[in-house]
Amino acid sequence: MDKALGDKIPEFNKKPQAGGVGITSASLGLGEHRTKFEILVIILVAVVIVGGTEASLIVFNVPQYVFPKPSQIIVALFTEWVYIWPHLLITLYELLVGFAIGGSIGFVLAAVITQFPFVEKVVTPYILLLVTTPMLALVPLLILRFGFGSEPRIIAVALASGPMVMINSATGFRRVDLAKIALARSFGASTIQIFTKIRIPMAMPMIIVGLMVGSIFGLLTTIGAEMVGGAEGLGNRLTYYSALIRMPQFFAIILILAILGISIYVIFFWLGKRWASWEA
Amino acid sequence: MNLKVEKKAVSAAKPCAVKMAIRDATKYYHTRSGAVHALDSVSLDVRESEFLCILGPSGCGKTTLLWSMAGLHPLSSGEIRLGDEVITKPNPEIAMIFQDANLLPWRNLAKNIELPFELKRQPPDRKMINKLLDRVSLTGFENKFPRELSGGMQQRASIVRSLAVSPSVLLMDEPFGALDAFTRDEMNLLIQEIWMETRKTIAFVTHSISEAIFLADRVAVMSARPGRIAEIYDIDIPRPRPVEIQTQPDFIKRVLQIKSRIEHGKGPATGLAIT
Repeated sequence: MDKALGDKIPEFNKKPQAGGVGITSASLGLGEHRTKFEILVIILVAVVIVGGTEASLIVFNVPQYVFPKPSQIIVALFTEWVYIWPHLLITLYELLVGFAIGGSIGFVLAAVITQFPFVEKVVTPYILLLVTTPMLALVPLLILRFGFGSEPRIIAVALASGPMVMINSATGFRRVDLAKIALARSFGASTIQIFTKIRIPMAMPMIIVGLMVGSIFGLLTTIGAEMVGGAEGLGNRLTYYSALIRMPQFFAIILILAILGISIYVIFFWLGKRWASWEA
Repeated sequence: MNLKVEKKAVSAAKPCAVKMAIRDATKYYHTRSGAVHALDSVSLDVRESEFLCILGPSGCGKTTLLWSMAGLHPLSSGEIRLGDEVITKPNPEIAMIFQDANLLPWRNLAKNIELPFELKRQPPDRKMINKLLDRVSLTGFENKFPRELSGGMQQRASIVRSLAVSPSVLLMDEPFGALDAFTRDEMNLLIQEIWMETRKTIAFVTHSISEAIFLADRVAVMSARPGRIAEIYDIDIPRPRPVEIQTQPDFIKRVLQIKSRIEHGKGPATGLAIT
């Protein structure tokens, strides 16, 4: 008896799950059904890691400047919050504005370019170049030109997230289903209606993947750009606190960044569930 | 020669008003490997309120002909008229039913059925939609998504979608080809009933000889490469036709007659199923 087959119901005609590309709940990990026991184990693991770290740091008497205790990090997060949150707002502002600019340009470019195969073939290598080149490398140059304010960082975020959104959205827009377009056309749909009612919904799963990857690239670039120059933002706080060897505060910032990243993930997971779950 | 056969068939039947007239329809597809001759001067009348089946092996240009009738793509030469109007673009009088139902997977059943109204910027005809949903036993499934419905239910929904906009012509492109034999029988009965109730003009493309005979007033047999009308058969079996009729000697004789015509003709008969 084959163990892998076990008690599985033999349903061979079922289509396999859309592989890899789609923002399926499975590919995001969140949507998989978990039993209460599994959730309990996940929480338990967190408790063990945090508690174990706390205990071993006390037992081995590790000094705060080497590695702060989890309890100290939490305390630092609350006591230092008044000083941290203006920087959080600035980081969020740069991220959102940069991502909005880059994302919308990327989306529109993808929608337009995929309608012209020749243009698409010519432009794609350059977009790929933009995707693979770390836009952080441009930040010193942008600072020379735009100063130490938010502008160079917003530009870097737009440059980092835009091509990501574009390349994924373009993949989505390229998936044309002739029958669906013929269906809309047979009911008298205009070209614009075919775009809004057929092409965009059909591309939506890939657009959401693009937005998610793009925004995470954006977050990376925001923090990196703030570390390079200027005196504001969470990235700047990291360099600031580490220079002063104020490790609990340093780790408090890291904690905030982790929460930011997870929030982005969760937001796009729910967007995917709402707008792209039909593909799962 | 093809024209002669067709004329004979037309004159043999009762005189009927012509709903759609196809005249010398010729279509080439231009592909990288050269031109494909899909339709070769096809001339065919679709009569008012008739059930016409277009039968032929795969690749014989049935779908090309149907898409041209729907105004979805232009002919290389010849013309197709609906009444006095030459078809050059989709016409609100004509609705199409596609292979595999062709529902939009991101819309639930109700939203799928409302799509034609949305595209025409009209409020959906709720009374009509509810009546049709009830007719095909889909009431209560409005909030289901296509993936939650069986193949037969999906195709029933697509029939509702097409009928809700009150077309006078239905073009059906192998609509039940992907269904299992039992569901297919059910769907054939349903479409027969709907036709008897509404008397829409239906052009139904299929590669199944028995499906064509079961449904049609007339069966137009096409030959392949290039697509031509090889022969037109009148099917004078009285309606309603029960599913079991397909096992009657007379029915089987008709199947074999068409089958032998296809095998003796020049066109390759491969891909034609008796079932």
